[in-house]
Amino acid sequence: MSQTTLSDHYAVAVIGAGPGGLAAASACARAGLETVVFDEQPSPGGQIYRAITDTPLKREALLGKDYWCGAHLADAFKASGARYLSGATVWSLTPEREIGVSIAGHSSMTHASRVIVASGALERPFPVPGWTLPGVMTAGGAQILLKTSGLVPKGRTVLAGCGPLLWLLAAQYLNAGVKIDAMLDTTPAGNLAQARPHLLRFLFSPYFRKGIALVRAVKRSVTVVSRVTRLRAVGEGRVTHVAYSVQDGTERQMPVDTLLLHQGVVPNVNLAMAAGVEHYWDDEQLCWVPRVDEYGASSIDGVAIVGDGAGIGGARAAEYRGMLAAVATIRALSPGSPLPDEKSVRRALSAELRARRFVDLFYRPAPAFRQPVDDTIVCRCEEVTARQIEDAVALGCPGPNQMKAFLRCGMGPCQGRLCGLTLTELIAKRRALTPQAAGYYHVRTPVKPITVAEFAALPKTPAAIKAAER
Amino acid sequence: MFRRLHEANDNPCKVFIDGEAFAVRDGDTVAAALLAAGVGRVRLTPVSGAARAPYCMMGVCFDCLVTVDGIGNRQGCMIRVRDGMRIDTQAGKRELGQ
Repeated sequence: MSQTTLSDHYAVAVIGAGPGGLAAASACARAGLETVVFDEQPSPGGQIYRAITDTPLKREALLGKDYWCGAHLADAFKASGARYLSGATVWSLTPEREIGVSIAGHSSMTHASRVIVASGALERPFPVPGWTLPGVMTAGGAQILLKTSGLVPKGRTVLAGCGPLLWLLAAQYLNAGVKIDAMLDTTPAGNLAQARPHLLRFLFSPYFRKGIALVRAVKRSVTVVSRVTRLRAVGEGRVTHVAYSVQDGTERQMPVDTLLLHQGVVPNVNLAMAAGVEHYWDDEQLCWVPRVDEYGASSIDGVAIVGDGAGIGGARAAEYRGMLAAVATIRALSPGSPLPDEKSVRRALSAELRARRFVDLFYRPAPAFRQPVDDTIVCRCEEVTARQIEDAVALGCPGPNQMKAFLRCGMGPCQGRLCGLTLTELIAKRRALTPQAAGYYHVRTPVKPITVAEFAALPKTPAAIKAAER
Repeated sequence: MFRRLHEANDNPCKVFIDGEAFAVRDGDTVAAALLAAGVGRVRLTPVSGAARAPYCMMGVCFDCLVTVDGIGNRQGCMIRVRDGMRIDTQAGKRELGQ
């Protein structure tokens, strides 16, 4: 296989090609800065606009208008002159902005004057009994199968959880002629009271109109069970039933072939954390968020973070934040070059974020679905249960890093992505600390596994040695 | 289990899953191809031998680890199929030298 040749240095390196990364890279490249984009996926768009350039589903009504907005971004990006590398996994980023990237089984090191991290979001862990069984997957994962391959579930299909994506996927399935047997809505009954102060902003935003239309369309065709308080996937070696309780406490079961779970999205922080970017616990969004300024600049000089990786804001907000990071980058590296209109971008961003607060608070997942008990698996890789974690805390295990030594929790290949938030919350609860005080794993390079052969084949430059030593 | 929508029934591509030939779609990832081919579990975990299948489809959960063209523990959702690709499901730990 031919090796992709990278320059030793770029003015701007953007990591991730979702809306934030595409907007940032396009603006930087248009201003004449030598810009490279590393994206792990095979084609641009991130997860929200996944397969926007090559989806087999060309009928606009199937995936919906909002999805096809991504086509303009991808077109502008293609025309911008930025260099795009797909299938490129960044496994190291140092505070000196040395970047280790793996492409087609070969690793290289490069350096950039400015790095814009647009690593996006991942779905919040949904640790219920049986969530590791085949036949159970995330709603986001199922939506990726739809967008990239035109695959839809066959047999009995149940969607469970809360959040806009669950309704969107249900509506897309109905557009595609897929039968949904039930939707189990876990949105807590008390959330409306907390969200109500932000209702007015929401009512006057486009989210309201779109959201109501989605929910109505789904409710016309699908049995929706509201206020589900407990949920478990049942089966031996494969899910066969989903069991759920509503507020009266009685458990009901229904047969299922595919169970799709979702309870919101959270920033994908591994790369920024491994680089040493300062993060804090966001109590409203219940996740770790990097500390950034109004241009996305992080605690590391020359490293900005944009998009949902800088705090969940959705696709439009990601695009605006990408442009703002580009404004600061262009000003620093190429003063006098054309800039995006900062004022109008800021206005659009703040309208977007204000409208979203209602959605965030209304769909905030219940503690019962974030803080599992008993034999429920927390760490999917090392198969560590909630009870084992409780016992380890009782024995004196003080935090997530020590939990690695006690139970190997978080030490599997996913490097804590699917258990970290749960673990922080469980330790905080058990030790009566804030999640901030309970802390998180010390995330280390390489943030994605690469082979020893790839490491060994790196040229022995000081930068490569430093990347491997960290 | 999954089925392919009519409009995506193009660009056929042949892969071998545990030695058996399957027609999938050129453009599928390995994980999508496995689900399209009706493979219910793609690995047994090294810890307890529990069955797993693709879960996140975006490269974060590592539950779709399979052997691709002889190289073990590849993320199936991050690799696109190629005509003639050999995909093998995994059972437990990898052996040294495999």
